[in-house]
Formats: sequence, structure tokens, C-alpha cells
Amino acid sequence: MKNIKFLVIGVLFGIILSKSEVVSWYRIYEMFKFQSFHMFGIIGSAVVVSMAFMQLFKSGSIKNFKGENIITKEKKKGLIRTLVGGTIFGLGWALAGACPGPMFVLIGHGITAILIVLLGATLGAFIYGLLSKKLPH
Amino acid sequence: MEFISQPWAWYVAGPMIAIVLLLLNYFGRGFGVSSNLETFCTIGGAGKVSDYFKKDWKTQTWSLLFVVGIIAGGYISSHYLMSGDPIALNPETVSELAELGFANAGQSYVPSEIFATENILSLKGFAILIGAGFMVGFGARYAGGCTSGHAITGLSSLQLPSLLAVIGFFAGGLLMTWYIIPIIF
Repeated sequence: MKNIKFLVIGVLFGIILSKSEVVSWYRIYEMFKFQSFHMFGIIGSAVVVSMAFMQLFKSGSIKNFKGENIITKEKKKGLIRTLVGGTIFGLGWALAGACPGPMFVLIGHGITAILIVLLGATLGAFIYGLLSKKLPH
Repeated sequence: MEFISQPWAWYVAGPMIAIVLLLLNYFGRGFGVSSNLETFCTIGGAGKVSDYFKKDWKTQTWSLLFVVGIIAGGYISSHYLMSGDPIALNPETVSELAELGFANAGQSYVPSEIFATENILSLKGFAILIGAGFMVGFGARYAGGCTSGHAITGLSSLQLPSLLAVIGFFAGGLLMTWYIIPIIF
């Protein structure tokens, strides 16, 4: 059960997303309406602090538990993939008020209807997989 | 205890999310949630339909456990760590939403207008739920990541594809919030 630590990290992440109200549909609506700094502050500060960690990974100041350098995977390149895929994601994010992490959090909150959203998301991933060779990237 | 029951400010939550990223990287993994959707497909037998899903899902056990943890974290928060106070939304947001037909915005985490369990049984309610999810899942895999993988990991490691994806996230989100939600509701 060497993977149990990931469960613990998940619990921490679920609590952070709940306590900061990131999982609230209303917070996402408010963000896209530019009516609150809350979500921008969370994402912005997460990015800035992560940037500092990334520098420490790069310089080798922080190594992984095996003592190896931490290398961040390169994201797949492609103008269409990122812009079109991203826009479709954004449409869904604003309507569901939840991106994938918060969907799982809301299951824990006992919101039954989020299971349909998650089913839709899994279906979306499935259809993408089927079409991936035919879609422009 | 006050800190535990009160909502956490952005400057607490943001850096803590970065610590989640740090922990996952320390243990040899990357920060990302949406790839689990593909793992679900693989477990469900999608490999029979498309080679895309022919993978050994057992290599993703760590990530599935991460997700189980997220659900548990949601459960623990909602049962033991919440104040029950309304969400401190901008009053402008609340009145705008009231005009759209969303009553009592912020009194709960999600609007009953979308997430009431009986909505699953109405055609419109079901279509909204499954359609929203579909766009999230399809879009995330097409783009190669979601908020955790692109916005947090990708932006902080200065990757151009992630910047483009995040521009897309916001383009889609703005379009939905400003122009499509007022039509749907």
C-alpha cells in the first residue's frame, strides 16, 4: 500500500477545495463575471507559489523522495488542441460550475446530481479517445 | 478551531494548492485530475472499442486513490468542517442571479436550480448536467489537461500550450456565463 499517501494528499486537496469554496458553482459564476477577486487570487497565488517550487525543482534544491531531480512533463503542443479543447472545457466549467477536481469533492458533499455531470465527463473523455486520431490538433 | 470552521481566504488556499503540487511531485507524480476520466474508460472496457484506451490502468492506481481521497476530503469537509454560513458572494452577483431565476445564491454551495436531485428526471435538467460534464471531459482531454494540469502545473512551469489552454478556458467560460447561461435559464 505504498500508494496510500496519494489518498491522504487527495483528502487534503478535497478539504482545501471545500474550505476555499472553489467547489461552489456560485464562485465560478462570480469569477467569470469579474465580480470577485477570490478565485483569481486562489489560482494566481497557487501559480505563483508553484512557480517558486518549479524553480527549486529545476535547480535541484528540491528532489523527489528517491533523491532524483524532479522533471515536469511537457504538455502536448498544438494550437487547435489547446485553444479549441480549452474553449470547450471552459464552456462546461462555467455551466457545471466545477472542473474535474471539484466534481469529485461534490460527490463527497452528497450532491447526487454531480454523478450525472461526472458521467458526462467520462463520456466526453471516451468520445475524445474515439475521435482523437481524426481531430485536428 | 475558528480557522477550521471559517471559509479559507484565497491567500491560504492558493499556496496550499501549491503544496499539494509539491507533495505529488515529491512522491514522483504530477498534479492532474482529468486523466482519471480516461482511466475510468479503460476500466470500463473502452480498450475493446479503441486502441486509445488500451493501457494498463493499474499504473494509474495512485491517481485513482488521489481521487478517492478528494471525495473523502469533500465528505469530511461537508460533515465536520463547515460553518453553515452563506458564501460571501458579491451582492451584485446575488441580485443578477436572482433575475436569472436563481433564488438564494450563496446559501448553499451549488444552486438547486441545476443540482436538485429531481432535475435528473427532467429532460432539460438532465441535458444540462450531462452536457456540462461532457464539455468538461471532452475539452479537458482534447486540450491535454484541466485546471490542475494546465492552469496550475503548466502555467507555473511556463509552458506555452498551457497558456493557450487557459486562454481557451476563459474564452469558453466567459461565453457561457455572459451569453449562454442567460439563454438557458
